[in-house]
Amino acid sequence: MLELLRQPWPWYVAGPLIGLTVPALLLIGNKALGISSSLRHVCAACVPAGIPFLTYNWRAELWNLFFVLGIGIGGFIGYQLMGHADTIAISPETVRDLKAQMHLTDFSGLLPKELFALENLSNWKGWVFLVLGGFLVGFGTRYAGGCTSGHAISGLSNLQWVSLVAVIGFFVGGLLMTWVFYPMMF
Amino acid sequence: MKNLKYLVLGVLFGIVLTKSEVVSWWRIQEMFRFQSFHMYGIIGSAIVVGLISIQLIKRNRLKTINGEEISIADKKYNHGTWIGGTIFGLGWALTGACPGPMFAQLGSGVAGAAVLILAALAGTWTYSALREKLPH
Repeated sequence: MLELLRQPWPWYVAGPLIGLTVPALLLIGNKALGISSSLRHVCAACVPAGIPFLTYNWRAELWNLFFVLGIGIGGFIGYQLMGHADTIAISPETVRDLKAQMHLTDFSGLLPKELFALENLSNWKGWVFLVLGGFLVGFGTRYAGGCTSGHAISGLSNLQWVSLVAVIGFFVGGLLMTWVFYPMMF
Repeated sequence: MKNLKYLVLGVLFGIVLTKSEVVSWWRIQEMFRFQSFHMYGIIGSAIVVGLISIQLIKRNRLKTINGEEISIADKKYNHGTWIGGTIFGLGWALTGACPGPMFAQLGSGVAGAAVLILAALAGTWTYSALREKLPH
């Protein structure tokens, strides 16, 4: 059992558990699953700067920040305490393509060090992958009114067609980056 | 401490995201290249379970553990839904992380995740500042 918990979890275990987070949040406090809102609450708490969209009672949304803090702690427990493989067992086709197209050689860790190591902030890669990438996530999720959790999981679970539009947008953007912009960058 | 239950649920959520490798850039690349079922299976089965759960809650008019009515606000459409969605998608493929995984990555010890989160906060702040000038 312990060994099973240490292994990477298959999709049919992880997916349903993620799905159960939706009713769990509703039942413990009538809250809708959504993570990107936490970014707005932090902005509202730290640098509201008189911006109307950041002027609201963020303290009423503190639960969301506790949830996000929990995710961070969960990341520590899940990776450091429960153990992890040095290299994630992605499909051989992906390895082949990433070697050929993006010239990646080190496949260890959760993210490619050749793109996301802090030293990369001294070249274009760090600025594109860490800074521009993070910026687009923060900008786009708030503009769309949600991210993968709020729109894809929570919104589609509640049959919101708006969320379907958003999720199609997520994939259009992701496919554009992967298939059009990556080949231009490398 | 009424927020403690959300912290606990967040911990469980973070463990699942991490153990299923959703927090990995490699897995997101595999997904956008259609070279594995893993991410599609996770997102798909999460939606199915969420959908059944919400239907059960609605049909049985379940209340929260404190006896409150459960109501889920409808999402409202504006053009930002697809414009912002596409912008987020570009960032998702770059970083390999949506907002939740960024926090899990930081907890797992990825230093770059701190930069990702700061940049995401800057993005959210910039959207907030420009909001009235953007098409919606």
